[in-house]
Amino acid sequence: MKAAVDLGPYVMLILVGFLPNEVWRLLGLVMARGLDEGSELVIWSRAVATAILAGVIAKLILFSTGELAAVPLQIRLGAAACAFVAYVVMKRSVFAGVLGGEAALLIGGYLFTP
Amino acid sequence: MAEPLSPAPAEIATSTAATFFAGLRSALLSVFSLVLMGTYIGMGALTHSVGLSAWWLALSTVLVWAAPAQLILISAIGSGSALVEVAIAVTLSATRLFPMVVALLPLVRRPTTRLLDMLLPTHFTSISMWVESLRLLPKIAPDRRLAFCNGLSVGYMGTAVVFGFVGYYLAAGLPPLLSGALMFLTPMSFFISTVNNARMMIDKLALVLGLALGPLLGYWQLPLDLMWTGIIGGTIAYFIFRVREVAQ
Repeated sequence: MKAAVDLGPYVMLILVGFLPNEVWRLLGLVMARGLDEGSELVIWSRAVATAILAGVIAKLILFSTGELAAVPLQIRLGAAACAFVAYVVMKRSVFAGVLGGEAALLIGGYLFTP
Repeated sequence: MAEPLSPAPAEIATSTAATFFAGLRSALLSVFSLVLMGTYIGMGALTHSVGLSAWWLALSTVLVWAAPAQLILISAIGSGSALVEVAIAVTLSATRLFPMVVALLPLVRRPTTRLLDMLLPTHFTSISMWVESLRLLPKIAPDRRLAFCNGLSVGYMGTAVVFGFVGYYLAAGLPPLLSGALMFLTPMSFFISTVNNARMMIDKLALVLGLALGPLLGYWQLPLDLMWTGIIGGTIAYFIFRVREVAQ
């Protein structure tokens, strides 16, 4: 039966996808009880979350995987720098920044990827 | 309770619905919906390549709602990794959700909000929603924030689900450089929007420290490198911020 065969991935989704992921959200829910937005723990948590996010960003750019890894590191770093410059020049527009970075990656990748 | 002139129930319903749709609208108009399109087109193609169904991807987007965890899960099912190994990798990738929820919920909650009503924003917490909520919620009246936040999240999740299907059926037809550029959307948009959100000194410090520490600890292959990046970078940023505040 096809349904029985297909049950495997769905059970995996719950057991090794949903549950180990969701547990951190629920811990956050428990921890946040009774805290207001100005409390020290909330300010610290925000700084920790921002640093983790920055770490994720830097790792995605430096240690890329898949098709992005085929684009040379210098091009990826240059594109990130272009994104930042475009963001600042276009009066702090997030859209302009992302567009600038993507354009730089496509052009650089097209010209310089072996 | 405290308000002597509370609006009629119908009026509340309309304004809650209106706030929900305002959140939905702001999700669809933000740069993150473009990013989610790119990310989930890539995720759809990956799902197709490992032989899982498009509906499985849709369900995993709704239940897991975290691109890194989904990537790990899909590639692990594809390669047939050991279950415990996958669960550990997923839970390590998800540690960031904990401080995010702790920082977000006090913004959404009012003294009268029930714990049950906090379950949705808790589950919806993800990078795009968190970054946008921290930027937009302070400008919104406290009693509207929950509805706005839910609308915003439904907008993002809906976009991700729809473009997961698009990617699944487009699958391998994309040229490699274009796939690479789609993958680049995620770090680019997180980067620029975090820079945009970092108006306070503590945020800027945490951002710069995280950018430096993340790859460094990753390069040293320290176990739990991202968690340590957060704890070390965030704590240093917090103390510099506190010391300067005392000095002023």
